[in-house]
Formats: sequence, structure tokens, C-alpha cells
Amino acid sequence: MHPAFSVIFFTTATGAGYGLLALLGVFAAFGLVPPDRWFGFVSLGLSLGLITAGLLSSTLHLGRPERAWRAFSQWRSSWLSREGVASVATYIPAVVFAFGWVLLGQFNGGILAAGLLAAVGAVITVVCTGMIYASLKPIGQWASAFTLPAYLIYALMTGSVLLAAIFRLWGISGRPIEIVALAAIVLGWAWKIATWRSNDTSVSTTTANSATGLAGGTVRSMEWPHTEENYVLKEMGYRIGRKHATKVRLFVHVFAFAIPFAATALAVAIDGPIATFAALIAVASQVPGMLAERWLFFAEAKHTVTLYYGR
Amino acid sequence: MTSLPTSTEKKLGLVIDLDTCVGCQACVTNCKEWNTGGQMAPLTDINPYGDGADGVWFNRVHTYEHACESGSRTVHFPRSCLHCEQPACVTVCPTGASYKRTSDGIVLVDEDKCIGCKLCSWACPYGAREFDTDVGVMKKCTLCIDRIYNDNLPEADRVPACVAACPTGARHFGDLGDSNSAVSQLVRERGGVDLMPELGYAPTNKYLPPRTRSDRTVEIDAPALESVSVEGGFLGWVDRVLSR
Repeated sequence: MHPAFSVIFFTTATGAGYGLLALLGVFAAFGLVPPDRWFGFVSLGLSLGLITAGLLSSTLHLGRPERAWRAFSQWRSSWLSREGVASVATYIPAVVFAFGWVLLGQFNGGILAAGLLAAVGAVITVVCTGMIYASLKPIGQWASAFTLPAYLIYALMTGSVLLAAIFRLWGISGRPIEIVALAAIVLGWAWKIATWRSNDTSVSTTTANSATGLAGGTVRSMEWPHTEENYVLKEMGYRIGRKHATKVRLFVHVFAFAIPFAATALAVAIDGPIATFAALIAVASQVPGMLAERWLFFAEAKHTVTLYYGR
Repeated sequence: MTSLPTSTEKKLGLVIDLDTCVGCQACVTNCKEWNTGGQMAPLTDINPYGDGADGVWFNRVHTYEHACESGSRTVHFPRSCLHCEQPACVTVCPTGASYKRTSDGIVLVDEDKCIGCKLCSWACPYGAREFDTDVGVMKKCTLCIDRIYNDNLPEADRVPACVAACPTGARHFGDLGDSNSAVSQLVRERGGVDLMPELGYAPTNKYLPPRTRSDRTVEIDAPALESVSVEGGFLGWVDRVLSR
């Protein structure tokens, strides 16, 4: 599949934003965040900023963005529509939560309930995003049991690494969030390794034989219907060389998982400015790391239509 | 609504005979010609006379070599929308632009509602939908609804443009929901198949596999030529002279 930057940015940015929002809602309910208004302003501002930027980026890649409002109508059948509805619905408790924390500077029961509702909305929205991909049967790597949990795990992982850094910037020791971040990085890393292993070893039941209805033997593409790349090949025929895939996977191992894990572990072990620096390193490393992970998610995904072209 | 009808009154579709298709591209050309002025018009061409020529087509003909135990053969393979009974391209549509008609099962796009998110083209295993970058909406085969119901055309011409153009009769149009229709009978007789049945899209269009190759040699009724007689007469003398 063609790795379009707008979609890579959209899924990673909203993933981190919703992860952060969900953690803030839950941590606030358990009294684990400082009631400081500026902490609320920065953390919720970053969360809603990432979500909004991601959603805007996703509308910019549309052929007719001025009609985007129509996408809220088909939630009965379409995961993309459900994602649109869930994302807008999540703004309501999120804005109430932000209003209470940042403007009123207090956590009463209603505000905390709004925070928890925002967390629920964030999880539902990420589930919808994951299901958009997990429900596409023509793409074997996506229509697997790994896809939906991956979106949830990476939202939690990137959101917790961001929140841990904000805690450190406030000079607060954020042990609980750092423990969550460490666990999420380990889980995410293991999940990615298992996903790649599964993708590399699984054999698709769909072949050039079943695609053409020609049973038995081998079906070899002799002539394409066209001499130049068409929409189908540009959008769904993207190929990445095995050599490059290996390098990008190594990059993901190091920047999305290894460095953030080491830096977060260091921050847990020590306090003070070095811990703050380490938490920021974890964020700075995970940004390119997760963008590369999402790039591979698209670039390595093989669509069944490529079988018609002998690819 | 992009929710699918539980059943359709008819299942209009195509039956494509891979045995007789010669890969002439006539169906491709007539489809383009008709539909660039039809329901989904225009079928935009981008840079048609230069490098990187691109454009929207509803029908594409591939050519394959099918090698099996009985030997190899060349198979020409037209690929277009199969008007599936379980079209995920419709259910993934967030706007309701994509729909499957209850009356005849044809899958269509309402261009005025399409936002151009391209998700339907990802959901189609067969690559039947093509995005029009010029207009910003998705386009696809309409089974020529503007021909098959067109009272202004002679009745014989009320078939999809690809079917009308085929010089070898490799394309058949009809109601696959009616088990007595000519197309349904053809599918039964020739063992018509679904493409990628394992994905569960239940395509309406069927493909007739090439017939099995015959082992029988060509029979010639004419007797073999006789050998020239070398004995006697004038011709015998000529033969002896020339054979010296």
C-alpha cells in the first residue's frame, strides 16, 4: 500500500493524542496529576492539538474535503464513519474536562467524570481507527488479529511517554506514569516483533490462481493492460525492497523502542535534570521511530490486486 | 445507506468466457468511449499523449500464461467490477456515496456525495475502482445502467458497452439471480467460477474457465496422393528420361 504521509501522520498523531487524553482522564480520576492549571493547559493542549492536527491532516488528503461532513452519516456500516463520529463526540467531554481543569482550576466530581468519559471516547476512537485497517480483507497484513491491539498499544505507549516527559518538565517525579510507559514500550516492542514474525511466515490463501479463476499449475502475468502505472498500482501496488525493509525495521527497533525504553528506565532510576533530559530524549526518539513504524505498516502491506499484475 | 440490501430483485452481471476471449481490447475501448459520456462521465485522462499517461478505465484486460500438467496456454483476462453480493467497498463508505441497488444488485457511486477518501478502492480485492484525480471522486463500472435501461436504444443494444463490442461473444450479460436465464445456464454448463471466493465477497460476475484441451487429431477424409506410375506410355518414357 502507498505510504501517504497524511495518513501516517494522522494515525500516529491522533494515536499519541488519544493515548495522552485517556491517561490524563484516568490519572486525574485517581488523583495522580497535579491540579496545576498550567499542567492541565500544556498536557491537554498537547493532546487536543495532536488530535486536531491529525484529524485535519486526514481531511486534507480527501479528493473533496468540503464534503467531509458527510462522513458522519454511515456509522451503521463504516468504521471510518464511526471513527469520525467517535472523534467529534470525544471532544465534548474533553473540552468540559479542559474547561474545569484549566479555567476553573479544580477537579470536582463532574469534571473528573468528564475526564473519564473523554478517556472512554479516546479508546473507542482508537478502536475505530484500528478497525478501519483490520476490516480490510484484501490486505492480509492488516486483516490480522495483530492490527487492532497494535493501535491501542501504540496509543498507550506514545501517550504515556509524552505524559512522563510533561511530569518531568514540571519537576515532578512521575514514577507511576513512567512505570506505565516502560510496560507499554516492552509490550509494544514484543507485539511488533510478533507481528513481523507472523507477517513474514504466513502464506496467503489468495493466489494468482484464485484471483483469475484458473485452477492448478502456475499463472504468470505476460502482459499488463497498460504500459504506465495507473491509479490501482500507484495506490495499492507499492513495493519496498526486502533490503530496505530490514533497515527500516532496525530503525524502528532502535528509535521506537530501544532508546525510549533505556531513557525511561534511566528516568525511573534517577531524579533531577538528567531524568528530565532522559524523558525528553524518549519523546524525541519515539517520534521518528513511530513514523517509521507506521510507514512500514503501509509499505509492507500487500493488496490482493497486485496478484493481477504478477507482483 | 451503505448497509447492504438483504436481497436484490435481480442480480444483473456479466459472464466472461476465458476460452474465447482473444484479448483484442475492443470491450476496453468501447467501455471507455461510452462511459466517458455516460453516468460517471468523464473518464478523465491525465497526460494521455506523453510520459506517465494515466486515466480512469472501468475495464482492463490482462494476459497470462497458465502452465499446468496438460501444457501451457495463453489466457486473456478482462477485469472489471464484479457487482459483488457482499461488496465491502459499499459498507466501508463513510458518506453513503457507494450503494448497492435493491432492484438489480448493481453497485454504484453517487459522485455528488463522494468525498474521495479512497477507502472503497482499498476494500475492493479486484482493483475495480479507479480514483479520478481531476474531479476528486471515485469512479467505477455502472454495468452501463444508461444503456441497459435506455428506451432510446434498439432493444438489441440494451447491453453493457463491453458486451456489445465483443467480437468473439466472450461476454454475456443477464440476470444471474434467475436460475433459468441464459447466463445462469451457461455458468452451469461450463462450470463458471467466482474470483477469490475465499474472501467472501460473493461476486455476481462469473468467469468461464478455458475448455480442456482435446487430444483428438485432425481427421482428413481425402485419400493420400498416389505415387507416379513409372511404367509404359508417353509419361513413362518422360519419367525415365527425366530420372536419368
